[in-house]
Amino acid sequence: MKVTITVNGTKYENDVEPRTLLVNYVRETLGLTGTNIGCDTSSCGACSLHIDGESAKSCTVLAVQADGCEVTTIEGIANGDTLHPMQQAFMDNHGLQCGYCTPGMVMASIGLLNENPNPTEEEVRIGLEGNLCRCTGYHNIVKSVLACANGNK
Amino acid sequence: MIPAAFDYKRASSAAEALSLISEYGEDAKFLAGGHSLLPLMKLRLAQPAVLIDIARISDLSYVRDAGDHLAIGALTRHHDVEHSPIVKEHAPLLAFAASHVGDPQVRHRGTIGGSIAHSDSASDLPATTLALGATYVAQGPNGTREIAAADFYLGFLESALSPDEMLTEIRVPKMHGATWGFQKFNRRAQDWAIVGVAAWKRGNESGVGLVNMGSVPILATSVATAISGGASIADASQLAAAEAEPQSDLNASAEYRTHLVKVLVRRALESTTK
Repeated sequence: MKVTITVNGTKYENDVEPRTLLVNYVRETLGLTGTNIGCDTSSCGACSLHIDGESAKSCTVLAVQADGCEVTTIEGIANGDTLHPMQQAFMDNHGLQCGYCTPGMVMASIGLLNENPNPTEEEVRIGLEGNLCRCTGYHNIVKSVLACANGNK
Repeated sequence: MIPAAFDYKRASSAAEALSLISEYGEDAKFLAGGHSLLPLMKLRLAQPAVLIDIARISDLSYVRDAGDHLAIGALTRHHDVEHSPIVKEHAPLLAFAASHVGDPQVRHRGTIGGSIAHSDSASDLPATTLALGATYVAQGPNGTREIAAADFYLGFLESALSPDEMLTEIRVPKMHGATWGFQKFNRRAQDWAIVGVAAWKRGNESGVGLVNMGSVPILATSVATAISGGASIADASQLAAAEAEPQSDLNASAEYRTHLVKVLVRRALESTTK
């Protein structure tokens, strides 16, 4: 089936099998491998990206469901060489260890601040309940998100 | 994991969806947010030949004040139920339960109608709408019919919807200042409830729905009957498992669930949240 999906500002037209998952579409069809596949069962959040500005787990969305939508992946948030403020906050606060969950964490965190620009620590922890870090680096991840929120003030 | 191959059809209206389902019959499934169906398809536990995508039927996504009840379109996402000012005012138990479905990403995609039509006893919204005495509206080839939540859940992942019907609306009675509690006991933040309880109380009236206490969501009628007869919450909660048929699984034994549900029903009913 033919789909038209705008990814990181570029409009793509592709013929996909209906069963193609959005995560496989961005990784394999478009070559945007920043979005990781973790659990593949919508538990871990490693595949989080944005569909029309809202966070979603792309392992549980079909590419055909995103037809006509605007998708943003981790590759699409920096402005040239300037990191997105959330990426910068993760870097400044050591919000990553092995890095596997990081693209999903960053996308979920941006989505969180879009909906709640000034969260409490508890709201950040609850807001990131859909993202797992197997290094258990949550402390600095939460710190990064709060730093980014404070930087936006 | 990739689902088995299927044909994909997209409906832009309820009428078109019903026409497609009558064309493809029992080999077809409706796809709303997909957060119950796609995981099953990826595990090949479900292999529909045709998916009928109904998520873009925008006139089935709404929350309306309908006098004594709220009318919620079946395609209203959990995120929108959770944040709806009308739901928060008139059915705060439902708004709170919706905020505990999955995680934010899941709530951006999953819908209230999808969750109810999927009829998983471990899901939060079937038991919550059951506790609230909701009515579900189904549209089929012969028109529209109302199904009481208490008559809807027939067995494991089995509802009273016939294969050619589509759930279109959920009608939730207003809570009129009832106190309520929602208890979800799980090991990790986004897990399914090992046992969950949605309960409300207004004087001697009450409603108690149980999550994951059998193959269907359970209405704990013995508790409500005891409360209306003047029993204390502590005493009534001892009857919490009277209608339940809990299973043992990796997370908990049936005996553990039977104990836990009494504790959680007591906590939910003792809540003074309005």
